[in-house]
Order: sequence, then structure tokens, then C-alpha cells
Amino acid sequence: MEISHEKQNDERVYMGFWIYLMTDLLMFAVLFAAFIVLRDSTHGNVGIKEIFNPAFVLVETLILLTSSFTIGVSHHFSESKKKARILIPLFLTILLGVAFIGMEFYEFAHLLNEGHSFTESAFLSAFFALVGFHGLHIIVGTLWLVILAFHISHYGIVRSNKRKLLLASTFWHFLDIVWIFIFTIVYLMGGII
Amino acid sequence: MEILFGKLTLADLPHEWFTIGGTIFMSLTVIGVAIMLTRFHLWKWLWKEWLTSVDPKKIGVMYIIVAVLMLFRGGLDAGMIWLQQSVAAGSAGYLTGQHFQEIFTAHGVIMVFFVASGLLFGLMNCVIPLQIGARDLASPLLNTLGFWLYVAGAILLNLFFVFGGQFAATGWLAIAPLSGIEYSPGVGVDYWIWSLQISGIGTTIGAINFVMTILKMRAPGMTLMRMPMFTWASLFSMILVLTVFPILAATIALLSLDRMFGMHFFTAAGGGNAMMYTNLIWMWGHPEVYILMIPCFGIYSEIVSTFSQKKLFGYTSGVISLLGVTALSVLVWLHHFFTMGAGANVNAFFGIMTMIIAIPTGAQFINWIFTMYKGKIKFSNPMLWFLGFVATFTIGGMTGVLLAIPPADFQLHNSLFLVAHFHTQVIGGVLFGLIAGYSYWFPKITGVVLNDRLGKYAFWFWFGGFWVSFGPLYILGLMGATRRLDTYPASTGWQGLFVVSLIGFVLLMIGTLFLIIQAAYSIWQKKKHKDSTGDPWGGRTLEWSIPSPAPFYNFAKISLVKGRDAFWEMKKEPREKVQYEDIHMPKNTASGIYIAACLFVVAFAMVWHMFLVAAIALVGAFVFLLRRSFDEEVEYKVSKEEVEKVEKSYGN
Repeated sequence: MEISHEKQNDERVYMGFWIYLMTDLLMFAVLFAAFIVLRDSTHGNVGIKEIFNPAFVLVETLILLTSSFTIGVSHHFSESKKKARILIPLFLTILLGVAFIGMEFYEFAHLLNEGHSFTESAFLSAFFALVGFHGLHIIVGTLWLVILAFHISHYGIVRSNKRKLLLASTFWHFLDIVWIFIFTIVYLMGGII
Repeated sequence: MEILFGKLTLADLPHEWFTIGGTIFMSLTVIGVAIMLTRFHLWKWLWKEWLTSVDPKKIGVMYIIVAVLMLFRGGLDAGMIWLQQSVAAGSAGYLTGQHFQEIFTAHGVIMVFFVASGLLFGLMNCVIPLQIGARDLASPLLNTLGFWLYVAGAILLNLFFVFGGQFAATGWLAIAPLSGIEYSPGVGVDYWIWSLQISGIGTTIGAINFVMTILKMRAPGMTLMRMPMFTWASLFSMILVLTVFPILAATIALLSLDRMFGMHFFTAAGGGNAMMYTNLIWMWGHPEVYILMIPCFGIYSEIVSTFSQKKLFGYTSGVISLLGVTALSVLVWLHHFFTMGAGANVNAFFGIMTMIIAIPTGAQFINWIFTMYKGKIKFSNPMLWFLGFVATFTIGGMTGVLLAIPPADFQLHNSLFLVAHFHTQVIGGVLFGLIAGYSYWFPKITGVVLNDRLGKYAFWFWFGGFWVSFGPLYILGLMGATRRLDTYPASTGWQGLFVVSLIGFVLLMIGTLFLIIQAAYSIWQKKKHKDSTGDPWGGRTLEWSIPSPAPFYNFAKISLVKGRDAFWEMKKEPREKVQYEDIHMPKNTASGIYIAACLFVVAFAMVWHMFLVAAIALVGAFVFLLRRSFDEEVEYKVSKEEVEKVEKSYGN
């Protein structure tokens, strides 16, 4: 009775989290729509072709994809008895997350230095907002993973931690998928095609 | 200083008659309440029994109380608008143009976000767990957090009286580029943005909670197609919330990026696209009114079947037509701006989609009429409101179909005809529905049946008052009067009709007064109005199977549901002796208040660009959330002896 009660509760939390992710996805959808509408409104400033660096963005993409794999490994071992099996891939994910955030900060700082600020044109506003909104999510996700790692190393692989690991990894994969769309719609469709 | 206070300076403190008046009034109210609470030693009781409660019934009551307070505020605004328009023929009236537009905006925002939404969430909290045979919502924390975010939004909205002294003068949707920093440089629009942002988050997490509750927590045997209509309608409405509120959040976030950081999403300069704002905001704004309307359809279905003493006619078709209304509501947003110039084909598409909505809505009406057919109709209060709704809403619906024809709309766009149309829908549809639901379920929550006679007075004043006040607006609209009219030439000859409309407003106020007197008198004369059976109307759904007022655990024993009208089926069978068992209930928590308080500070700080304060408060909210997420002891046990004792106290 007790266990089924808890299991029921876990199911509810997971479902609620999924619904939340869908609402988050709709917010991204608005930003994507805004970007698509405004992509050519460069107002005499740069467009995506001028600021697109294929190698740089590809590395960003590979980092995120790898991090999705590492967190998957971490979740795969959530039933194991050894903490290290969960914590090492989790730690790798955090490192990759930080690397991604670092690269994005570099990209933004570079643009600002070149005089391509978000105040220059509608295109740049939409670009910074969409990519930045995703970056903000990655920052929050990384912080979440740090707290979770701390909690697992402190209290072990208890039930609530397993649940949180499942939620965090779902969140992380979700951000990965959104990034694939950013990579495609923002960078590739404007920069190459 | 600037790091701490941002843009806020001493010059922003009250110095006009209405801001000083508002500030003094609000301070006196707060001080008065505080003195009363201290005098009667009620602080602890208030905190423990109400503010930190996770009991959906109590949260529901609190929602309704806040919504009624906001109704006075929104009603006062409406009165000021009406008065201005009755005296401003050929003169400036008693309000400046700017002030009139601010009141106009505040009226719309308050009535939609804080009155209708608040009443709706209040009723849903009170009723849904009872209807599906649950003891609580899926997440008690999200429920209290959602409520407190709603309160935070309401407080923030009223805070402009004290800090800044101005509200948005842009209309309730803050259409760009008027709402951009160039044309609205003050903090008014920022108050609008952040108030909607935090109350919108509250609405969204409330919706997540209700969807989880309805899908996962129904009593055994209650399949989807056995759910009561109000539960169905609420489910659709909440799914609609989840579909469109993220659009609102993102859109007004983009607007505030424009305003705060000089971005160019909706500006006239820099390549921005103001028409995109109009599209996005109506993609949310149109479904928003359906979010309010659809649950009311559910309420009417419950009432018409109970008071006709028949099962609802066409249950399945009713569910399907509600689904149809829900789905179509996200495909019609463009009919709000046919005149923007999207082209004939686009306008035709949205015009046709809009007219199609009349079909599922009409199916509902037919179901209700056939439910009444050959029924033994009791004309109690809830039924009166329903009948008033049928008459009013039908006319409102027909004017709506008229407006859905693009060529006609070009003529009527932005006129008082439109204003009269949507007031017919939101008062005759939503508000009548919410009042009907309130009088229907009042006994279940309080144990007191509302006085019938006083309710009848209230209804007739509302019904008559509505047509006296909005009938003239239809005519004025056809005569060419536009909305947001703070002054007009005397030669138009409109003044007489405006004065008639003002008289209607007075009738509406008298009706409201009767509603208040009705509640107060019924509770005062408790003995005379007591609901001793728990089933005062001969109800059909599970909420009437338990005593009134509903015990805090709702159901001593959750019974197996065997049919569509679960309680009606039960009444036919002999009553078995109940074996009581231990019950797990969620513990009260103050986390919701703390998190909402932090987010309130964030929002207020963002209005004034106090970024440091906002960051600290955001961290605070995060810490409280974290603390709660590590709290494993969130439930307590009610022993079966205690349950038996409570049940005995009702005389069972």
C-alpha cells in the first residue's frame, strides 16, 4: 500500500513535469515564430549569414549531443548500488553544460564587441532572445544537475533522488531537442541554405 | 541608491488626488484589518487555518474572496467610465484623457484576470475534487503556490497607486507599438506586464495541477465518459490554459525586452513588427475568454439537469461539442483585427471558422433545452441564472456571428456595438454562470443554503440592469460611437443613451448589493438556512453524497462509481454501513506563500529596474523551492477513529 502510494505520486510528478515541458516548448515556439518573422529585418545591420560560424556552432551541437548521452548513462545506472556510476557521467554532463554555456557567452560577447548588439535590429533581437532563452535553460539545468549531484553524493541513491534524476535528464534531453531546432532553423537555414 | 531603488524616486510617490486617496484607503484597510486580527487574537488562526492551508475547499474560498474584492475595484472603474461618458458630451468631463484610458485598461485587466479567473479557479478548487471523488488535488503545493501568485499579481496591479501613480493607458491587451517605451515611457505598462506575468504563472501551474488531478485521481469506476460535465468542461478549459498561456508569457516577455533593453520585436523602428504583437496577443486573448466560458457551460449542464430532475440530454454529444469549441477557439484569433489588412482570403478563413463555433455551441443549447423538456423544473436561484443566461447569451451569440462577417466587422470594428457584444457574452455567459455555480455549490462548502427570495431580487436586478446598461451600447455602436471614448461632441445626440446606460449600471450595483446581503443574511440566519442533508437540490453527482459543509477529507470512504450520475445511482441502492479507514492527508505548508512573496518582489523590482533586488528575491524563491523539494514529510495520517468522530458529528 505504502509503496504503491509513492509510486502513484512519482507518476503524477512525472506527468506534471511533462505537461510543464510542453508549455515551455510553446514558449520556444513563440520565439521561433518571432525569429522566422524577423529574420530578414536586419535594418541595415548584419544578417545570419554574416555572423554564422559553422565550425563553432557544430562544436556547440556536438557538446550538447554528447552531454545528452552522458546524462543518459547516468540515468541508466540509477538502479545500481554504486554511486560513482551515477555521479561520474553526471559530472561529465555538468562539465559539458558549462563548456556549452562558456561557448555561448563567447559567441554573444564577440557579437557585442563587433557592434552587433540586440538593440541594432529586429533580427538581432530575435536571435539573442531565442538563443539566449535556450542558454538560460541550460544554465538552470546545469545548476539543477549540480544540486542533484551534491544531493546524491550526500544522501545516496534514495527514491526521491532517482525521481529527480529522471526529471533532470528528461529536461536535459528536451533542451537538446530544442537546440537541434535552433541549429537547423536559426543557423543552417539562414547561414547555408 | 540607484542600484537599490532603480528608477524609483521620491517623485514617484503619491501626489495626485486619486493616488493619495487610493493609498490612504488601502493603508487604512490594511491597518484596520491588522488591528481587528490583533484585537481578537486571530493571526495564528488565520495563518494556520487559512493562509497556509492546502485544502482545496479553503483555497477555493480564498480565491472567491479575493475575486470579489477585485470585482469591487473593477466595478468602481466601470462606474467611473460610465459616469464620464454620461457627462462628457461636448465637455471634458471630470477625468483627463490619460486618466480615463488608465481606468479603462484597469477595468478590462481586472475583470478578466482577477475577477472571472479568480472566481473560476475558486469554484474549480471547491468542486472538482468533490465531483471526481478525490480528497485533494494532485499537488497541494502547486495549488497554494498558484493561488498566492494570483494574489501577488492582484496586489502588484493595485500597487501603482502608491508607487508611480500611473497604470497602462493602452487597453487591456497593451497593443504595440503604443505599449512600447517610445509611446508609453512610464511604468504603467510595466505594472501591467509583471502583474500578468506572475498571475499567469499561477494560472498555468494551477492548470497543470487540475489536468493531473482530473486525469489521475478520479474515484475507481469513474471512467472518462462518466465524468460530470463540469469536470469535463474544466478539463478542456485547463488544457486550453496550457495551450495559450505560454504564448502570453513569451509575448509579454518580448514586450518587456523591447521596453527594458531597447530590443526591436514590436517597435516601429529597427525593423520590428508591431502586427506580430497583435497576432500573438490575440492567439492567447481569444482562447482566454473561452477558458472562462467553457467551464461555465459545464456549470449550466450540472444545474439544468439537477433542477429539471432529469439526466442530462445528449451527454456524449455535449462532450464532443465542448471539445469542438475548445479546438476551434484557437483557430479564430484573427477575427479581432479583420481591419488590419491580412487580405480577403485570410479574413474569409477566420470569419468562417468563427461562424462554425456557433454549431457546437448551439448543440449545447439544444441539449439543455431537451434536458428541460418534460422535466419537473424547479425555479431555484441557480436555475434562474441559467435561464437568464440562455436568453442573454443567445442574443450575444447572434451579434457575435454578425461581427464574424468581415464586411460587417469593418463597419462595427472598435465600436460600442462590439463592446456590448462581448459584455453580453462575459456577463450573460461567464458571470451568470459563475454566480449560478456559486449559488449551486454554496451549501456544499458552507453548510448553508442561500436565501432564495433575496437571490431572486439579485437575479432580476442583474438581468434587467444588464439590458438597461448594454442595450443602449448596441444602439450607440450602430450610431457610430467608438470604444475608449472619453469625450464626444454634444451634437451627436448620444448623451441620452449614455445616461440610460448609467442607470443600468446603478441597477447592476443594486443587484450586487442583494448578492452580498443574501450571503450575509443566509450565514447570519444559519439555523433557518441550514443544509442538514448534504443534498439540498436532489443532486446527481458525487459532491452531494457527502454531508455539508464537506469534511476536510471530503470522503470518509471513496465509493465505487457505477454510472454517469454517480450519486443518483447510489441513491437507488440501499445504504451500506461504512467501514472507516485511515486517511492520508497533505500537511499545510507556507512554502507557497514564501515563494510567491519572493516572486512578487522580483516582479515589483523589475517594474522599477531594481535588478539587484530582483536577483536576490529570485534566489530567495529558488531556495524556498529547494527547501520544500527536500521535505519528505508532507503528509499526515487521520486515524479511522477520528474519521468516525467527524462523520458522527454530522449525525451519520
